[in-house]
Amino acid sequence: MIEVEDVYFTYPSGVEALKGVSLTIRDGEFVAIMGENGAGKTTLVKHFNGLLKPTRGRVLVDGVETTKVSVATLARKVGFVFQNPDHQLFCETVEEEIAFALKNFGFSPDVIEKRVEWALNLLGLSQYRKTSPFMLSGGERKRVALASVLAWDPKILILDEPTIGQDYQQKEKLRQFILQMNAQEKTVVVVTHDVEFVAECNPRVVLMRGGKIVADGEARKVLTNPEIVEQASLVPPQIAQIFLNLSDLGFPRDVIDIYEAKEFLTKAFKGLR
Amino acid sequence: MSFFDGLRFRRVSSPIHNLDPRIKFIYACVIFAVAIIFWQLLPLVVLFVMQIPFVLIAGVKREWFRSMKGAAFLASIIFFTNLLFPFISAGYVITFSSLEYALAMTIRFLVLVGSFSIFFLTTSPDHLGLALEQSRVPYEFCFAFTTAVRFVPVLAEEAQTIMDAQKARGLELEKGNFLRRVRNYIPILIPLIVSAIRRSLELAEAMESRAWGATKKRTNLYVLKLRREDYLFAAITVAILAIAIFVRLCFYIPRLEEILAGIV
Repeated sequence: MIEVEDVYFTYPSGVEALKGVSLTIRDGEFVAIMGENGAGKTTLVKHFNGLLKPTRGRVLVDGVETTKVSVATLARKVGFVFQNPDHQLFCETVEEEIAFALKNFGFSPDVIEKRVEWALNLLGLSQYRKTSPFMLSGGERKRVALASVLAWDPKILILDEPTIGQDYQQKEKLRQFILQMNAQEKTVVVVTHDVEFVAECNPRVVLMRGGKIVADGEARKVLTNPEIVEQASLVPPQIAQIFLNLSDLGFPRDVIDIYEAKEFLTKAFKGLR
Repeated sequence: MSFFDGLRFRRVSSPIHNLDPRIKFIYACVIFAVAIIFWQLLPLVVLFVMQIPFVLIAGVKREWFRSMKGAAFLASIIFFTNLLFPFISAGYVITFSSLEYALAMTIRFLVLVGSFSIFFLTTSPDHLGLALEQSRVPYEFCFAFTTAVRFVPVLAEEAQTIMDAQKARGLELEKGNFLRRVRNYIPILIPLIVSAIRRSLELAEAMESRAWGATKKRTNLYVLKLRREDYLFAAITVAILAIAIFVRLCFYIPRLEEILAGIV
């Protein structure tokens, strides 16, 4: 469980990135943190594993204050996958790359071997185990970065902009994967701009703007509220836009799911016939 | 990463910022030369104090103090080595004159750092490149130079992100003995170097697609032209040099010891 209590954060350059954020993320929740560029999304999640410490207020991970323990200790519980995989890949082979964190955490060699094997399989990277990560494509590098974090099986998983530069198929795989992780009782926190991606997952949405949380709730409630969404420099998902325009025909306003939308529309057309 | 903040140029306007970079560079060199021709404490202190009005006019007090603080470590090494050798040769006693000499050498160093940091704090990388270019330095070199200066803060920021990413994977930089700690930096250096190379290749491609080197003779949007203030500043610079040479050749410069004796 992550508890953020009235956190303020100012960067050394003087930019105040968080202005009184309070948020509780329970175990097993799936949360999407959304908002415009510079809203403080990445700054907020960097507090979850202690990379940044609050200037004022406090952050508790499973009841432990982040200022009291090292990043490495917190990282064991909170896996953080950075936006750009090139910021972390440095080993000669994919295999070593995935083993790096496991060695840091002091796993025994046979456990490391098993975990690497597991992570390679999970993300479909087995054929690249001896390849240099620098030789892989952008999407593959992103998967290696993800595998290198998943390998130590953190309880909480933070993904910073996981859909950037991914084609539809990769996104779909990622979505399945996140839902699967979530089904295994893992807490998943995703930082993203990708409204359609979030609409398809229907997680809890936390909307940020100017270092503050402006909305917090179910995706179908938050993303179908045009005023709130616009405030955060986003547009409602396409399905929601259609249903918002159709609301005077008696359709509900809070639809973001394609299948649900199809149900409503077919029912309506059947009524016409 | 506060160290790199000193290299991040802040575009502000002040009489000093608006001066021609070439004249400012000559000024820094003149101060350098004058600091070299004197070895007595008194003129060097005068030279040091002379820098302060420029710092105040330019409004870079904080940045200037920061770079002086950065120089403090080297300055103290200079002070102690200059004190140590006379100390040993004079038979393990600290004399007043050796103390004065060591202090003079330290001030000399601070004058050098101070005058050049005024130059770098008040001259934008673009201006610097322009000055180089108009001094007939081949454009390739000017470009390489300005690009290098401009990318330092970018790389510093990137290094910070990489450090965060590796810490999030359980890397502890401060762990272990000295050798171990040096090795801890490998996971940071490799991504940093790889991304710097990638970035430079991308830059090269972007530049070629914008017709880099298409014509031999480039024209500039901004052309440096000497204005009245520049001539005034040049005159001040020449005056400093002339007075310094005059004083050096025609006057006897008393040592601190002698001045103190005179007062008593």
